[in-house]
Amino acid sequence: MMSLLAATAINWHSIFFLLFALVACFFALAVLFTSNIVRMAFYLILSLGATAGLFFLAGAAFVGAMQLMIYVGGTLVLLVFGVMLTAQQSFISMKTKGGDWILAAAAGGTMLVLLISIAFRVEDWRAGRPDGDQLTAADVEDTTRIGAAFIGVRTDKLDVYDDAAKDGESEPDAAGQLTLQGMSGYLLPFEIVSIHLLVVLIGAAYLARAKKRAPARSASTTQR
Amino acid sequence: MNLLTDPIGVSHYLAVGAVLFVTGAVCMATKRNALGVLMGIELVLNGANINFVAFGSKLLRSDSFGLDGQLFALFVIVLAAAEAAVALAIALNFYNNHTTIDVDRADDLKG
Repeated sequence: MMSLLAATAINWHSIFFLLFALVACFFALAVLFTSNIVRMAFYLILSLGATAGLFFLAGAAFVGAMQLMIYVGGTLVLLVFGVMLTAQQSFISMKTKGGDWILAAAAGGTMLVLLISIAFRVEDWRAGRPDGDQLTAADVEDTTRIGAAFIGVRTDKLDVYDDAAKDGESEPDAAGQLTLQGMSGYLLPFEIVSIHLLVVLIGAAYLARAKKRAPARSASTTQR
Repeated sequence: MNLLTDPIGVSHYLAVGAVLFVTGAVCMATKRNALGVLMGIELVLNGANINFVAFGSKLLRSDSFGLDGQLFALFVIVLAAAEAAVALAIALNFYNNHTTIDVDRADDLKG
């Protein structure tokens, strides 16, 4: 065993990928197979936390951090609050009927086999990047570029414009330059999503507000 | 290929994403608790997010999508947070009105 370890260099990236992937898949399945809603919430936290680890391993450090902060720290806390507010005795553990399980297992298993066989069918995707160990941290450092893309500047697409300008026969007009540089970026989706979040916040507060006004109003109408 | 010594590729990420997606979809279909259905939705969105990040990762492929994959993943995370807030408000409203969280009991609109 030791000679095997010494002969072939262990790829720690793959080891950690396996670790996080197994944790993520195992706890996702645990969410599916437990019928206790409180345990489901806890397993979901572990599964999504391991997914954040996968994001870090793929070089997407900012997305991984956001996954931990927004998803695990925000969305799931919200879900846990929902569980606490509704976890009455009879609703903590709700069993699914056997027939439903069989149908779901047949459909889900078919889809899983299909998706995984497609994932491994493309030759290009199967192997990792051969020169992957020559990449430095600066090559995959994306946080600044993500921030720039959100305010409309695609610093990662500048070379697209440079190449086009080199072999372009005519001078590109101003609008063409902006398109080539990808300078539209993600500013508009960013604005839309911010307004969307505001609307959702107001809507959720409106939907979930305490309804104590209805009996008071009926009392006042009966007084009249 | 040997998983312990070879670098992993996009396919492995896609496989993990597929497992999360299918688990979430089956979760959505089988759970009777409305919050369990919500948790299934979260799993599905995360499976899709893993695919986005994998295709955008420079560590896995030299001709990756680049920044677009990560940006899409960020938008998915934000929209998932918004969706969870609204869905939870609806679930709590349903619980207040019907004193149950069982989605099979939500049949008021039956024709």
